[in-house]
Amino acid sequence: MHMHKYEKIWMASGVGTLLVFLIVLGIGAFYQGTQPPSCMVTLDPQNVQAHEAFKEENLGLQQLGEKEYTLNVLATAFNYDFGKDEDGNNVKTIRIPAGSKVMFQATTEDVIHGFQLAGTNVNMMLEPGYISTLETTLDNPGTYTLICNEYCGTGHHLMTATVEVYEE
Amino acid sequence: MIAEKTGLGKADSKLVMSFMWVTFISLLIGGLMGLLQTLVRTGNYTLPFGIGYYQILTVHGVILGLVLTTFFIIGFQFSLMAKTVGMTHKQRQWAWVSFWVMLTGTIASAIMILLGKASVLYTFYAPLKAHPIFYFGLTFVVVGSWIACFVNFHQLYQWKKKHQGEHSPLLAFMVVINMLMWFICTLGVAATVLIQFIPWSLGLVGEINILVSRTLFWYFGHPLVYFWLLPAYMAWYAILPKIIGGKIFSDSLARLAFILFLIFSIPVGFHHQLLEPGIDPMWKYIQVVLTFAVIIPSLLTAFSMFATFEITGRQKGYTGLFGWFRHLPWKDVRFFAPFMGMVAFIPAGAGGIINASNQMNQVVHNTIWVTGHFHLTLATTVILTFFGITYWLVPVLTGRKIDKKINTLGMTQTIVWLVGMFFMSGSMHLAGLLGAPRRSAFSDYQGSAQAAEWIGYQYGQAIGGSILFIGILIMLYNFFYMTFKAPKGVEEFPIAEAPDGSEPTPLVLENWKLWIGITVVLIAFAYTIPFVDIIQNSPPGSPPFEWPIGNG
Ligand code: HEM
Ligand SMILES: [Cu+2]
Ligand SMILES: [Cu+2]
Repeated sequence: MHMHKYEKIWMASGVGTLLVFLIVLGIGAFYQGTQPPSCMVTLDPQNVQAHEAFKEENLGLQQLGEKEYTLNVLATAFNYDFGKDEDGNNVKTIRIPAGSKVMFQATTEDVIHGFQLAGTNVNMMLEPGYISTLETTLDNPGTYTLICNEYCGTGHHLMTATVEVYEE
Repeated sequence: MIAEKTGLGKADSKLVMSFMWVTFISLLIGGLMGLLQTLVRTGNYTLPFGIGYYQILTVHGVILGLVLTTFFIIGFQFSLMAKTVGMTHKQRQWAWVSFWVMLTGTIASAIMILLGKASVLYTFYAPLKAHPIFYFGLTFVVVGSWIACFVNFHQLYQWKKKHQGEHSPLLAFMVVINMLMWFICTLGVAATVLIQFIPWSLGLVGEINILVSRTLFWYFGHPLVYFWLLPAYMAWYAILPKIIGGKIFSDSLARLAFILFLIFSIPVGFHHQLLEPGIDPMWKYIQVVLTFAVIIPSLLTAFSMFATFEITGRQKGYTGLFGWFRHLPWKDVRFFAPFMGMVAFIPAGAGGIINASNQMNQVVHNTIWVTGHFHLTLATTVILTFFGITYWLVPVLTGRKIDKKINTLGMTQTIVWLVGMFFMSGSMHLAGLLGAPRRSAFSDYQGSAQAAEWIGYQYGQAIGGSILFIGILIMLYNFFYMTFKAPKGVEEFPIAEAPDGSEPTPLVLENWKLWIGITVVLIAFAYTIPFVDIIQNSPPGSPPFEWPIGNG
């Protein structure tokens, strides 16, 4: 099959660029460890409380150490459950000091939901039967909106919560 | 008389016109929903009669993403096959069966959506549960399209039997590639609908395996977009050269590009599932690499297009570095509309590379950026090319001619569309980068300051959406005019030829067993291990949920 000389140059440079690009992505993923969230842990979606992290008392922000936290979240249509505060009210706002390393750990009890902290790279899908995890460092102080970005029903656009990253 | 000159008989024309009617009625209904969506999302408009946002979004996605596209493509492909390899009476009867089966399915699903029993969007993710008739309707659409596949396969097969040792006509080859891809990929969605959704929605089984259903869906969902794109490429490769008065750049390279699309568009569905739990990141990356392989045929296509344009211009005597470019038939809508579609593919393709980039997907996944992206690829590149085809196809079918009026209206329509899309898709992209989600009715997210920043862009979308809707009205007028009013006459069915003295096309390009074999092996490679993994590590399944969509 005949290929024009210019076409050979065009294809070679295109494919060359592509290879470099894919290698960069691969290094990012496997060497530097920036994989897309792909947690493999499963649980029974009709009995999520059987899992330690999603027991009523373990929901919400858990401090693990100096500037190190886990945030356990149970999503249901159309709410993110962060557990209850000392007065027994539902927590709607999470406050985290800037510079903290946070492990987001979430699952859903009913349908599929999204989990996106607008303005950050925290973005993952929550699917019944699976735990989704994502670790990040929240460096920039500010008020961030947690949003369900996967359609989950008539109240989908009302499913939201707030994360405040404050300067210490 | 018409039949002799245009090569498309009355019976074939009637068949193809039926598909065109469904296409343009869908455009009106779907476009109206699109306009309403953008209005609702400004926060200043409420839908009447208690209609829900997600109900009209389901109509929009199903009617434009699945119905309009499939009907236009299958109708257009029937016209190409009838023109290049012929259609027997028996084949035409089966083609009509495919039309009616698809239409029945469409109407059944549409009724369920209008009754509010199926507001599950066109991706119908479990465990949201729609009325079983919605799933049966979709099944009919797919089965109807399979009938069309087999009619097309049979058409080429019969032609080959009569023309032993010859190459199949280029367009017939391309149609068969597209239908092969369609058949192989729809097996996935058929499997999930028939084996999982229908028994579960009927209550015959209690639970559904979510990740299996999503994986089967996306095994279909990505090739779906190539099923939309390849008919546009058919027009670019084999019809546009004729319209500009030139020849095909290279018959062999065109076939090679289509074969590569067949091979690389299926084993890549994980790039829609990058942010999902339960799938090994190694396999996600492997499918990302395979995804990017379609850049190779895309580069071939870009080169071929501009080579054809330049060669044609120079043969006509236009010299200088860009003389050939200035003298392209800019005032012929049959060229202008698809060409602007190609131009839109440059930012659209760049956006697509970002979306598919493994970890980079996290920045844009499920934001309205994605909606902006496919309104460039599908609703601009593909749709403008389809409109460009319509300007000669409908006159060919109705025995009329394109006159000056329709050409001017067509040029106007194209420009209106581009302006509308610039505003709508542009503001979708920008809002998406700020984190605004897709598939969401208006919300202030409890007074969030971030959400307040998105509202300006939502107005931008409504302005663009209104302009686009005007574009739809012009297009519908054009369709009616070409169907009923344009002056009678014989319009040419433009099919370009290979250049004189070009090398013969290598026979290996038509070794169907080889290419289907490679396709299947690659699918097996990309999916077997992760799929077995998904099944073996499955959590308990999910019962159906109806109340979140407003039922039960
Ligand atoms: C008047 C022209 C159009 C307007 C104003 C429009 C507007 C919109 C809007 C605002 C959305 C996103 C809504 C959301 O995510 O909440 C959307 C989604 C969509 N549009 Fe369009 N659109 C138009 C034309 C088209 C065309 C011509 C096609 C295809 C041929 C198309 C296909 C789609 C699809 C498949 C979706 C996704 C639905 C979903 O996410 O479930 N649109 N459109
Ligand atoms: Cu949601
Ligand atoms: Cu895709």
